[in-house]
Amino acid sequence: MTRWGNLKRLVSVRSWLGHFGGLCVEFFEDAGGIALLFRDTCAHLFRNRIRWKMTLDQMNKIGVMSLPLVFLTSLFTGMVLALQSAYQLRLFAAEKFTSDLIAVSLCRELGPVLTAMVVAGRVGASIAAELGTMKVTEQIDALKALAASPIQYLVIPRFVAALFMLFVLTIYADCIGMFGGYLISVFKLGMSSHTYIKRGMDALMVKDVVTGLIKAFFFGGFISIVGCFYGFRARGGAEGVGRATTLAVVVSLILVIASDALFSAIFYFF
Amino acid sequence: MIEIKNVHKWFGANHVLRGVDLEIQKGETLVIIGRSGCGKSVLLKHIIAILEPDEGDIRIDGRSMFAMTPGEQDEFRLRLGMLFQGAALFDSLNVRENVGFSLYEHTKLAEETISARVKEKLGLVGLSGIEDLMPSSLSGGMKKRVGLARAICSEPEIILYDEPTTGLDPINADVINDLILRMQAKLKVTSIVVTHDMTSAYKVGNRIAMLYEGKIIGLGTPDEIRSSRNPVIRQFITGSANGPITNGTKKETENI
Repeated sequence: MTRWGNLKRLVSVRSWLGHFGGLCVEFFEDAGGIALLFRDTCAHLFRNRIRWKMTLDQMNKIGVMSLPLVFLTSLFTGMVLALQSAYQLRLFAAEKFTSDLIAVSLCRELGPVLTAMVVAGRVGASIAAELGTMKVTEQIDALKALAASPIQYLVIPRFVAALFMLFVLTIYADCIGMFGGYLISVFKLGMSSHTYIKRGMDALMVKDVVTGLIKAFFFGGFISIVGCFYGFRARGGAEGVGRATTLAVVVSLILVIASDALFSAIFYFF
Repeated sequence: MIEIKNVHKWFGANHVLRGVDLEIQKGETLVIIGRSGCGKSVLLKHIIAILEPDEGDIRIDGRSMFAMTPGEQDEFRLRLGMLFQGAALFDSLNVRENVGFSLYEHTKLAEETISARVKEKLGLVGLSGIEDLMPSSLSGGMKKRVGLARAICSEPEIILYDEPTTGLDPINADVINDLILRMQAKLKVTSIVVTHDMTSAYKVGNRIAMLYEGKIIGLGTPDEIRSSRNPVIRQFITGSANGPITNGTKKETENI
């Protein structure tokens, strides 16, 4: 194409609209596909037995093996949170509220969201890559040919494991984050150990912890279903698997953040 | 009997199957030949209902798998076995678990019985003593034979072979050909073999069908196919670079 032709294409309203329309179609196709996979997974979950051996194996991969990463992320988050909030609160001579702020913001928001983001990057990618490779090497077709349901065999163990482990990892992240805040508050800001723990516990309400854990439960579901969906949809060899992995991580992260906003709004009003 | 009636399949704008009609008798071995990418594997996947036709129907003993519920479909699928082109062994399972997959999944047989059956089937494909190996430590040819052992392990009535001899040395290829013949003679198994290997096609096939541009353009006994006057079939079975199949491709390559 000539340079003029290229320029014409670049400024062509029709081509931009076409591109935008294509993106919209893709978005609704993916959203529909994810919703259908979720529906099928729930249907299988209540109809068929859960393969506990495979589910425990997935719990190990999704949960236990994420512990070091979640530990580091939440420890440093707790420490940074203590330093930053003390820096601001000092202006109002309200440094003693540091532990209140750490406890509430970690349990309500940062614990579940940061854990979900770490797991989305680590586990969502690995689910999509594993299932994508199985798809392009015809292993998913072989499962069907051997009269085994890919949903029951592959999706449900990952789904159940992610629901449960995100829940557990979030509790762990909340505790480690508060410990990070403790280290800074006690050893750097000069707060007494007793004050930090007492104020933190007094500030926390059951609702704060429960709403954080409800979020974690949903995030686990999103990450596993999105990873499985893009894995199943992979085609065309290594490149297709790479694309599926990237999409799985990006879409999981967007879903986690967007649903977090929605949940926060719901929990704020109710 | 397997009846394939006017099957059409589109992948996006690509019309892969354009009205395939075929009948495969019980106990018969039908070989489907055709160029790479002409839809042979797609046709096999329709027979075992991994893919659904956009038009047309496939009936096995008068029943269409596409009209069944997923549960009925799975039950029906146990009557079929399939060897995949790239073997499609499960990476996370060892050879024993791969070969005995359908027995572990769908029967309540004791571990020893399944192990004995797996050993027997591996022996049939010329691989003994590899039950504990993982697929990643097998060569391409070995994977193919393990895939074949998996396909025949549940002793199905119908076996679909997707290029069973591709990637094997001539001796092992002949072992597989003999196995296909023995399965037919002893167990009266119905087989559909997709292949490029004409030696294998002539040896195992009771009839040979040629798929070209999404349709069956020739069907007959190996002798009838060998003496066919259809220029497309002639070019394919003689493996010639010149002929009606490659006319379009030749023009393109001549311009390079």
